[in-house]
Amino acid sequence: MADQIYNAVFIGSIYALFALGFTLVFSVLDILNLAHPALFTLGAFVALFAMQQGVPAALAVVVAFLVCGVAGVLLDRVAFAPLRRRNAPPLSAMISSIGVSLIIIRLIQLKYGPDLQAYPQGSLPADVMTVAGLQIDTLRTVIIGLAVALMVGLTVLVRRSRLGRELRALAENPRAARLLGIDVDRAIAATFFLSAGLGGVAGALYGFATNSPFSQMGLNFELKAFSVMIVGGMGSIPGAVLGAYLLSFGEVASLTFLPSELRDAFAFGLLFIVLLVRPSGILGQRAVDRV
Amino acid sequence: MLREIPERPAILALSGLTKRFGGVIAVNAVDLAVAQGQVFGLIGPNGAGKTTLINLISGNFRADGGAIRFGGTDVTRMRPHELARRGIARTFQAIRLFKGLTVLENVLVGRYVRSRPDVLASLVPFRAVGSIEREASRAILDRFGLGARAGALAAELSYGDQRRLEIARALASEPRLLILDEPAAGMNPTESAALSGMLRQLADAGLTIILIEHDVRLVMGACERVAVLNFGRKIAEGSPADIQADPGVREAYLGSGDDA
Amino acid sequence: MEDLQAFFDAYQTTIGFIGINAILALSVWLTLYTGQLTLGNAAFMGIAAYGSALLTLKAGFPFPLALLCGALLAAAISLPLGATVFRLRGVYLAIATLAFGEVVRVAILAIPLTGRGQGLVGIPTKTELWHIYVSLLVIAYVCARLRISSAGRAWSAIREDEVAAASQGIPVQRYKLAAFVLGALIAGWAGGIAAHFNFAIQPDEYGFARAVQILVFAIVGGIPNVFGPIMGAIVLTGLPAVLQPLQEYRDILQGTILVIVIVYAPRGLATLLDVRRAARLRNVGAQDVA
Repeated sequence: MADQIYNAVFIGSIYALFALGFTLVFSVLDILNLAHPALFTLGAFVALFAMQQGVPAALAVVVAFLVCGVAGVLLDRVAFAPLRRRNAPPLSAMISSIGVSLIIIRLIQLKYGPDLQAYPQGSLPADVMTVAGLQIDTLRTVIIGLAVALMVGLTVLVRRSRLGRELRALAENPRAARLLGIDVDRAIAATFFLSAGLGGVAGALYGFATNSPFSQMGLNFELKAFSVMIVGGMGSIPGAVLGAYLLSFGEVASLTFLPSELRDAFAFGLLFIVLLVRPSGILGQRAVDRV
Repeated sequence: MLREIPERPAILALSGLTKRFGGVIAVNAVDLAVAQGQVFGLIGPNGAGKTTLINLISGNFRADGGAIRFGGTDVTRMRPHELARRGIARTFQAIRLFKGLTVLENVLVGRYVRSRPDVLASLVPFRAVGSIEREASRAILDRFGLGARAGALAAELSYGDQRRLEIARALASEPRLLILDEPAAGMNPTESAALSGMLRQLADAGLTIILIEHDVRLVMGACERVAVLNFGRKIAEGSPADIQADPGVREAYLGSGDDA
Repeated sequence: MEDLQAFFDAYQTTIGFIGINAILALSVWLTLYTGQLTLGNAAFMGIAAYGSALLTLKAGFPFPLALLCGALLAAAISLPLGATVFRLRGVYLAIATLAFGEVVRVAILAIPLTGRGQGLVGIPTKTELWHIYVSLLVIAYVCARLRISSAGRAWSAIREDEVAAASQGIPVQRYKLAAFVLGALIAGWAGGIAAHFNFAIQPDEYGFARAVQILVFAIVGGIPNVFGPIMGAIVLTGLPAVLQPLQEYRDILQGTILVIVIVYAPRGLATLLDVRRAARLRNVGAQDVA
């Protein structure tokens, strides 16, 4: 039981980290960035590459953050910025991100193939403690701590900092933001850097925990992240965190009455029901426009 | 304030119509009767609830209280497309044309309720589709002086032409009630005078028209009867001359600093 | 003549899949033309693929009847689904239909009759190339004629402006639903044909990747007319097959084409047929995709 709770906290933290970056871009720019899962996967493989060159795991996470962050900014320049200039509808951006996603995943496959990989032996902490009958491994505990720290950090950044104020103004009304003297291009670049960076870190951490990164690892998270964001409320940062833990605990709980191959049914069933009953999610604003 | 009963039967009757947005009462217990063939003016300062009122009549908003009767039936709960089929056509304050369609296609869509369904017929090989409707639509465009621009995209028209196209599209459905939300906005005096003449003509042919307008000359020239809204309430109703003389109306306009 | 025969033999599978993909692209075209982005057609394809394959494999149904039943099953499921999800718009609609697709995939995994993760093997390979291309021809014809009918006009009005469309008397929800159900029927037909072209089917074939793939064909080809989706399917299915050495780079090629099209030719390859109208639409900033 306690074991399962621990597991739910762990997987919920990864969901949250993944969904935060996803939801950040959506809240500021109204773009559903379907290349986010590819950046997640990229994070796991950048860490793998770095560690194969002898970089320690902790530093490899930082490298994954930076590389994915830069990739996110590039993604915006290539796939989204031209559409913004043209005032194209938000769905164009979503479709364009699918194209970038195909490219990133294929590039990863060209280097590492489609199969499961493993991090260099001995590069990850492997010790397991038993606390009050609960099996706790150091790696997962550190990952949970780091994920929570990043969630808190992002929330503080958005709520308190100047950048956060700029992002909120931008989310509210891009034209007004520009008139207020906000450097919109810089704020957008910062959004993508943070979003993709967080996605990359989530990928690296999940890769560590499973020690089996593979080129399609982002796919399942993408679908789960939809669930997380819709349940919590699209574009809401606290909503994404809440949705992530709700989903992870729900999934673990569902295993007690559903066979394990139906584990995924919980996420999509939940997503579907929330969309139909309350599409704005628990903490979101209205989603269904009337006249 | 005059409260004479219109001598012709009311085609549209609102009673106690109310709409709230959160705590704000946008339309507050409005009673209104519009007679068949009348050009009925609706004026009032910005934010008085005029557009909300017509959104209620056209079914775009749901009323929170009161009733709407159109042609003798209760239509309070009906949705826009049902009302359109019953003969209510409208234009929008911010023009809502089908921008990416041609001028002719816009009018063709406007004829939707008048067209026979041709989905199955269209599947017959080599059969011409919609030629009758095309004829009718061209005739309407010619009447509005837009015939030469039939192949242009709606968004390529000048602002004044877009306004006229929107009216043409609304008339294409051969409605019984036409609601115009600031049709003269963006028109020059000549165009707006022509519009005024056209509205009179249409009314003489039996069409009922509700007109929201800031152009006082247009309202006074075209309307038989005018109602004034302020803060969601009807504060006056009568002939244009009565309204101009009404001290309460002057107060409402001067008080709000509006120039209409 | 012999050369032609040899060509057909060598490329039989590719030629078949070009046709099947073109049918799938047309199935999603209907909703895209109405301005709605739905991602459920891979699931409808899967439902009909399993439905029809089980009918021929286990119940001994004749092939055409099985195809029809499979497609009708997909359409029957799409009706209540559409009636509920079309309260949503934009990304919410896309996500809801995607979630439905995943529910279907999981359901297939859970039902023992479907062979679960192993899929169904030994499906009679009844599909001939001419079945595929006659189907494509008929479906393309129906779509093209519908496009110029009053229904097509209503669909494009809804795409341009839903509120204004309703004000012209168009029952918006009903037309959206009609496009969706017809799309499901077509996707289902393609699913049945594909299942009997292939000998074996697996649940993963009908997941997210397929949903995206179908969308990409239609978008790259373009929505303005029915040639767009067909062209998209031909180019994106045919190109990698013709350029064998590029096989490894297929996704990169597709991804690049998709981004270039969305950024520089948002109405797709079909606009190459009518460059002037495309330029005018761009100038007035009309809706491009969805």
